[in-house]
Amino acid sequence: MTKKIFAMLGTLALLSACETASQKVVSGSAATSSSTGSATSSVDKKQSLFAQAKQTAADKLIAVGDRVLFDYDSAELDSSAKILLDSQSRFLRVNSDLNFIIEGHCDERGTREYNLALGEQRATAVRDYLVIQGIDPDRIKVISYGKEKPAVVGSNSMAWSKNRRAVTIIE
Amino acid sequence: MISKAFADDIKIKINSGQIEPLPVAIADFTGKEGKSNQIGRQISEVISNNLVGSGQFKAIESAAFIAPPTSPSVRPNFLDWSPLGIKALVTGSVKNINNDEIEVEFRLWDVVAETDLIGLRLTVASKAWRRVAHIISDEIFERLSGDSGYFDTRIVYVSESGPQNKRLKRLAIMDQDGENHQYLTDGSFLVLTPRFSPTSQEITYLAYFKNEPRVYIFNLETGQQELLGSFPGMTFAPRFSPAGDKIIMSLAQKGITDIYTMNLNNQEVKRLTNSSAIDTSPSYSPDGKQIIFNSDRGGSQQIYIMDSNGKNIKRISFGNGRYATPVWAPKGELIAFTKMHKNKFYIGVMAPDGSGERLLAQGYLVEGPTWAPNGRVLMYFKQDKPIDDGKSTNVNLYKIDITGFRETRIITPSDGSDPAWSPLLPN
Repeated sequence: MTKKIFAMLGTLALLSACETASQKVVSGSAATSSSTGSATSSVDKKQSLFAQAKQTAADKLIAVGDRVLFDYDSAELDSSAKILLDSQSRFLRVNSDLNFIIEGHCDERGTREYNLALGEQRATAVRDYLVIQGIDPDRIKVISYGKEKPAVVGSNSMAWSKNRRAVTIIE
Repeated sequence: MISKAFADDIKIKINSGQIEPLPVAIADFTGKEGKSNQIGRQISEVISNNLVGSGQFKAIESAAFIAPPTSPSVRPNFLDWSPLGIKALVTGSVKNINNDEIEVEFRLWDVVAETDLIGLRLTVASKAWRRVAHIISDEIFERLSGDSGYFDTRIVYVSESGPQNKRLKRLAIMDQDGENHQYLTDGSFLVLTPRFSPTSQEITYLAYFKNEPRVYIFNLETGQQELLGSFPGMTFAPRFSPAGDKIIMSLAQKGITDIYTMNLNNQEVKRLTNSSAIDTSPSYSPDGKQIIFNSDRGGSQQIYIMDSNGKNIKRISFGNGRYATPVWAPKGELIAFTKMHKNKFYIGVMAPDGSGERLLAQGYLVEGPTWAPNGRVLMYFKQDKPIDDGKSTNVNLYKIDITGFRETRIITPSDGSDPAWSPLLPN
């Protein structure tokens, strides 16, 4: 009979544990960016310049083409995907100071766990292609979201085709 | 004295498809004053909802009762009950021990044989009255159906809210009937596929904590959330072994997804499959000797079986379509699965050798069956086809008898997916 009480305490403990973890991250970055009061504003400026540059690069990446699409239940790159990745790899070579994350996604017509694996295959297919094009594998991370983050909401073949994708983003 | 022959007379046969519900009367549990009286009425109501919800009992309205409820220590006048067609009668009482504790007593009577069948007296914290009602429901269910109950159990699931492309997902836990709902995580990171340990005190699940998808274990008693091991890629699709000493799961790395186990006592990691395909959604047999999982090694996603050491891999699903998320029934006689065929999703069951496939539920998307501990009911989630403006998504938990009857929605505060049914809670 005491189990419910334990469970309730557990809830609070987990929530506070998460807060602690995220606070640690925040305080860590604050410590590196504010050694003295006067330095803070210039560091902030640098950071905002960096953020601006990153945003510009992100916009350029989208202009170059940040995503490739896949067939149903497939992680194979077709010829149009490869052409896009060729220009993407040129962009990545030019912006050699930036690191990237490739997100693999699926449409909703699969089971959750299988789609997590399929999303990982899709992201890896893009990563492997970029590495063959000469991109340093240490600059690239992959993550799968399975069917958790559709780009287009809707239950029709148009939406599904846009959701079966691998998207390259700047880390 | 209970005559065995008479007792058997009112046993229900569950195996015979749709059954005629057994008429029972659940009298209000009596109390000496306002508070215990009210708890008594609430306990009767919960018992009644449980038994009727199982589909195997019909509760006769108390308005039809001829006699007022009696104390469980008093032999009822069976002639007050038998004319209403009632086969079994439940009487009970609630006594205040002190401000925080109550004593609950109940007795189950065979109205036809005019004898008592079982009784129980429990002293508990007053606020635990719901749990007492579930424990009593299980006693009654077991005595009358011959099968173990499933009412004193909990459901862990993923609570969902927000637009489809920005879903907020939180772990949540509730009683089997939707009561005592609590959130376990705050939604600041994505969570998926929670599953109970055999003791119901731990949950293993996938969390995107700091945006790294990994398997975690959450201890309900201590509130600790623990990352499971240190792997070079995404770990997911976790389940406990029947003994609770291992987690079986998938590791995805460099485009390859295989099945691994991790021993929770010594952190030993074992790789069980070694294919370039997707091997995932593993589930142990109740005796721990075999594992079922789905794989696309043969071209399309199908269900396979193997020994617990990864040897003797055999495909068992051969119907039309793709088969996924196999999960072994608690007593081992069936496996439940998700099937996809011609743009429809189904929940079905088959024997562990792949024979006798039966489809129980279907929808635009139905997925992820989980067994009630007595193996008679499945819970899963169902997503209606969203309206194409994308503003509304309906994802809800449902349960259905393995006979295929009585599909019922479980009411949750917002949308819900990925349910997992606990074993019967330890008393």
